[in-house]
Amino acid sequence: MHIPDGYLGPATSGIMYAAMLPIWAVASRIVKKRLLARQVPMLAIGAAFSFVIMMFNVPIPAGTTGHAVGAVLVAILLGPWAACIAVTVALVVQSLLFGDGGITAIGANCFNMAFVQVFSGYYLYKLISGSSTVASGRRVIAAGIAGYVALNIAALSTAVMFGIQPLLHKTANGQSLYCPYALNVAIPMMLGEHVLIFGWVEAMVTALVIRYLQKQDSSLLEVG
Amino acid sequence: MHPFASGVVHLLWNGNARMKITTKLWIGIGILIILSPLGLLLAEHFKAGSAWGEWGADTIKEKAGYIPQGLEKLSSVWKAPIPDYTFKSWADKGLPRLSIAYIFSAILGILVVVLIVILIGKLLTKRGG
Repeated sequence: MHIPDGYLGPATSGIMYAAMLPIWAVASRIVKKRLLARQVPMLAIGAAFSFVIMMFNVPIPAGTTGHAVGAVLVAILLGPWAACIAVTVALVVQSLLFGDGGITAIGANCFNMAFVQVFSGYYLYKLISGSSTVASGRRVIAAGIAGYVALNIAALSTAVMFGIQPLLHKTANGQSLYCPYALNVAIPMMLGEHVLIFGWVEAMVTALVIRYLQKQDSSLLEVG
Repeated sequence: MHPFASGVVHLLWNGNARMKITTKLWIGIGILIILSPLGLLLAEHFKAGSAWGEWGADTIKEKAGYIPQGLEKLSSVWKAPIPDYTFKSWADKGLPRLSIAYIFSAILGILVVVLIVILIGKLLTKRGG
């Protein structure tokens, strides 16, 4: 889901950076108000977890690979604004140091994984959890469903960014300037593989870690 | 399961009341770092390529029949120091070396991520938590 340099035209890249700037600003303000110094280690663990879990490429035999992001898990633990910052840090380091995701696409990739996925997953988790206690099994199921659905929403958002490029930028002879795949290819491909495979990986990772934390110290789930 | 591995799993899952949760989670991240080459080996084993939409310019040419001009220009705008979590000179030296580079990349990446978060934390948090 890490869009490389060259797949998005300047309009899309620019708009996504412009969209993320106020989101990052609000995230900083809210985290500044709420985050306590003793929560910083958890924020670091959340960012580190997201970073390393994205390195676990899950193969589709003879096809493509994909991976979990861990964004919803971090949002459940720290709240969506802190999670936005944690996933952003992971994505920026991946892009600058390892070329995983383009530098011109940092705004777009953060929009998909650090904003869309984080917030959709967080509120779905809250919705399904309802008034259940933090130690309840319902929370584990809510985490799994939220992980699954949010990764797919993020994949759809990524696919739309890919797919609108041929509409926006074409040369005189009809060739695309950037991503050559239109919506009718990008959406079924991206969504298909995430609905069938990668979404389940995200669901399992999210639910398993929430179950683990419940068992260790369920008060950890009261922060987010 | 190997007795050492099952010991670690037992420690992390059933726990030791005196070990802090953050310590346990860091051990968990350490285990993920060591296991990270699975992300390479499984893809290799099942003959899976890169993620959809993350191909280099030459692969795009194979797939789409041409290299989009803008894509070609922009795709080399940034030269990452450790591209694809491996060292350039090791890129075709086989899976064992790729795995070592992958683990090294995971450690380095996490160190940098943690440093940045601590820095952000210092800037943003109020005292006395």
